[in-house]
Amino acid sequence: MTDAAAMTEDNVSDPGRRKFLTAATSATAAVGVVFAATPFVESWVPSERAKALGVPISLPIDKLDPGQMLIVTWRKQPIYVIKRTPEMVANLAANDSHLKDPKSQDSEQPAYAQNEMRSRRPDIAVLIGICTHLGCLPKQFFDTGDPAIGTDWPGGFRCPCHGSRFDMAGRVFEGSPASANLRIPPYNFPDAATLRIGDDGATSGAA
Amino acid sequence: MVKLAAIAWALLLPALSLAEEAEAPKAGADWQSWRAHNVVATTDSLQRGARNFMNYCVNCHSLKYLRYSRLATDLKIPPDVLSANLLPPGAKPADYIVTTLRPEDGVAWFGKQPPDLSLIARSRGPDYLYRFLKTFYVDTSRPTRTNNLQLPNAAMPAVLSELEGVKEATFRAAPAAGSEGAGEKQLDHFTITTPGQLTAEQYDGFVRDTVNFLDYAGEPAQVSRRSMGVWVVLFLLAFTWMSLLLKQEYWKDVH
Amino acid sequence: MAAPASASKPGLWGWINKRLPVEQFTRSQLLEYYAPKNFNFWYFFGSLALLVLVMQLATGIFLTMFYKPGEATAFDSVEFIMREVNYGWLLRYLHTTGASAFFVVVYLHMYRALMYGSYKTPRELLWLFGMLIYLVLMAEAFLGYVLPWGNMSFWAATVIINLFSTIPVIGPAVVEWIRGDYGIADSTLNRFFALHVVAVPLILLLLVALHLVALRQVGSNNPDGVEIKERKGADGKPLDGIPFHPYYTVKDIVGVGVFLTLFSVVVFFVPTLGKLFMEEANFEPANPLSTPDPITPSWYFTPYYAMLRAVPNQRLGALLLLLGVLAYFFLPWLDRSPVKSVRYRGWIFKSFLTVFTISFLALMYLGLQEVSIGRTIAARIFSVGYFSFFILMPWYSRWDPVKPVPQRVKYHG
Repeated sequence: MTDAAAMTEDNVSDPGRRKFLTAATSATAAVGVVFAATPFVESWVPSERAKALGVPISLPIDKLDPGQMLIVTWRKQPIYVIKRTPEMVANLAANDSHLKDPKSQDSEQPAYAQNEMRSRRPDIAVLIGICTHLGCLPKQFFDTGDPAIGTDWPGGFRCPCHGSRFDMAGRVFEGSPASANLRIPPYNFPDAATLRIGDDGATSGAA
Repeated sequence: MVKLAAIAWALLLPALSLAEEAEAPKAGADWQSWRAHNVVATTDSLQRGARNFMNYCVNCHSLKYLRYSRLATDLKIPPDVLSANLLPPGAKPADYIVTTLRPEDGVAWFGKQPPDLSLIARSRGPDYLYRFLKTFYVDTSRPTRTNNLQLPNAAMPAVLSELEGVKEATFRAAPAAGSEGAGEKQLDHFTITTPGQLTAEQYDGFVRDTVNFLDYAGEPAQVSRRSMGVWVVLFLLAFTWMSLLLKQEYWKDVH
Repeated sequence: MAAPASASKPGLWGWINKRLPVEQFTRSQLLEYYAPKNFNFWYFFGSLALLVLVMQLATGIFLTMFYKPGEATAFDSVEFIMREVNYGWLLRYLHTTGASAFFVVVYLHMYRALMYGSYKTPRELLWLFGMLIYLVLMAEAFLGYVLPWGNMSFWAATVIINLFSTIPVIGPAVVEWIRGDYGIADSTLNRFFALHVVAVPLILLLLVALHLVALRQVGSNNPDGVEIKERKGADGKPLDGIPFHPYYTVKDIVGVGVFLTLFSVVVFFVPTLGKLFMEEANFEPANPLSTPDPITPSWYFTPYYAMLRAVPNQRLGALLLLLGVLAYFFLPWLDRSPVKSVRYRGWIFKSFLTVFTISFLALMYLGLQEVSIGRTIAARIFSVGYFSFFILMPWYSRWDPVKPVPQRVKYHG
């Protein structure tokens, strides 16, 4: 007298009950598995330390020489802070026909940077110095007609890895492997002499 | 369930502290049985404790594993209040709570660097800390002019004496050599010779809040740990019950 | 019956089964593996041990993502996990509670074998693999305990490694070789990390696999000690057996539920369990100039620690500790009784088993306490009680007045 036969549904007095209980227990177990997976998955989310190190940074910009660029780090990214001359800003419009995305419609920037000069103030450009192709740091070539690039070079950046070129507002030129303009971080000017990167300034407060 | 228990404790606390306080400054002989009875879930107690720590402790002791911003979130302190009252000048909210006392000065002045207190509540326990802060007494033979019953010959001076008052200890005669406890001084009672800014009851509350805060600092996640635990255990009880029904259903086959 | 049929099934399943015996394996291990139907409470702990192993591996891997081995960084990185990694505190508590839970489960699992004679023929090799797992588990727990680099971690490492100095002639050299330095240091911590995270888990997994294969080969014992394979029905299946699936899969799930509930109560409400699962001294960083007072190993080591302390001679004490652990290996050959299960053994065996049980628990308690004259005497008495179970077994197991063993298992539905 073995009990294997009892496994068949004919001998089971209430096969419906068995099915229901199996389904209910399995469903509960599945929910339990999701709960149990949560701490593991969540532990990969940036830790308090990563977030603390990623708080906005402030730097003084009143002593920048015209045409000078600072590189600072925010959230592990290089941020280019450029003091643009009035000529550099005026020349931006002439580039439009040579650019892939002159109106920055397919590029990433805060709303206040979706203008011709891609910045809040014409004289200060804030760009994330990561080429939108594959991530190298574009090098500065601010002199117009720089012989390294060409006599009709209007000034901007060229990426050493695969040759993508960007103008003085970080907009990508036609013929570049990159397809989007350089990204722009949130930033604001708490006062005329200070730049604060990482903070739109719209919301008040914490850190 | 845990919340109810916490509320019950919070309501009982004043009664308990009153009951013990009627004894402490006069007797104190029972100091070894004093318990902190702190409830970490009581946010206003933690807020007072944080204030106490910043006012009296951080001059020498760091809380190097705790950030101001974490403190503000857990203790529900708004950012402007944090900046105005707890954050030292020049510190950012994301900074860890460090002391300005340089280690070499600590060694020169106290003989040892005052230890970091992030985990003191876990390595000694809240009861120890409560007793430590309440058993300082005058001892002119010590360089700090005070001694402590919980930690004999403590290097730490009685920094809270301006609040508690200056306390003297009267000891019972030491037991004869050879009998149990020989050589150990037994406290008979404490006497406040110079009153402090706080009454005995207020000082007791001050210490309890501070100890509560240190308990929190030792493990900031503990409140959410317990509340999460209620749901987890309830879920598992439901699952176990369901699986038991399933098992009994299948085992009807077995004879 | 299984292999050709599934391999000829259409689609992806058939394609896989032609190349890897998935269906054949699951069928033979679950549906066609017949286990005795009279398993009781003591038979939950094997599957629970497997559950805890999986849990320790998962939580351990994730802790390794954040832990930084090294004298200067280890302690801080553990606090980083506790405070700044999302749910890091939970991963840490699951791992520390899991370590203690592993030993609770394994001790109960071993005790089942003592009661029902599961180490006796033909299960000697199964028992030996189990004992090796126990030894390796103790090593793994010890190595893991050093990693947080708290003060107890440091001093536990110092004391236990110093035990090796009792080895004649080469002892001190061995100790320095293990440490990689003149005292427990950064070199020790880093090599313990590699052993705890990679080497020993691999050995453990291998031993567990061998343990399961050996079990499959001989079949489970049961509380009556009756060999179910000796009585088969017309269909070739043991009369007292039931297929592992669905009966024991469904029953083990209940065991898992109860275990996880109790486990979660500890993890979420009392993770230190007084000072039993996490010692207070380990919340202070390692300090070579300050020994914790009192100094005790984790509760799962304390029975043997109590034996060590009971002997006034360092070398003999270490030897006694070693014998206390190794004694189990000899059980299959010490036990001369014709009967497996305690249900059919006589009063002599039951007395010795009772004395052994009380002695083991008493030694565990004594090992947690500070030394005193009274406690040392007690530890000596209980050590005698512990060892007499093994040393005298060849005689008392033969003289023991056994009861007749039934032909069929006792099962009351």
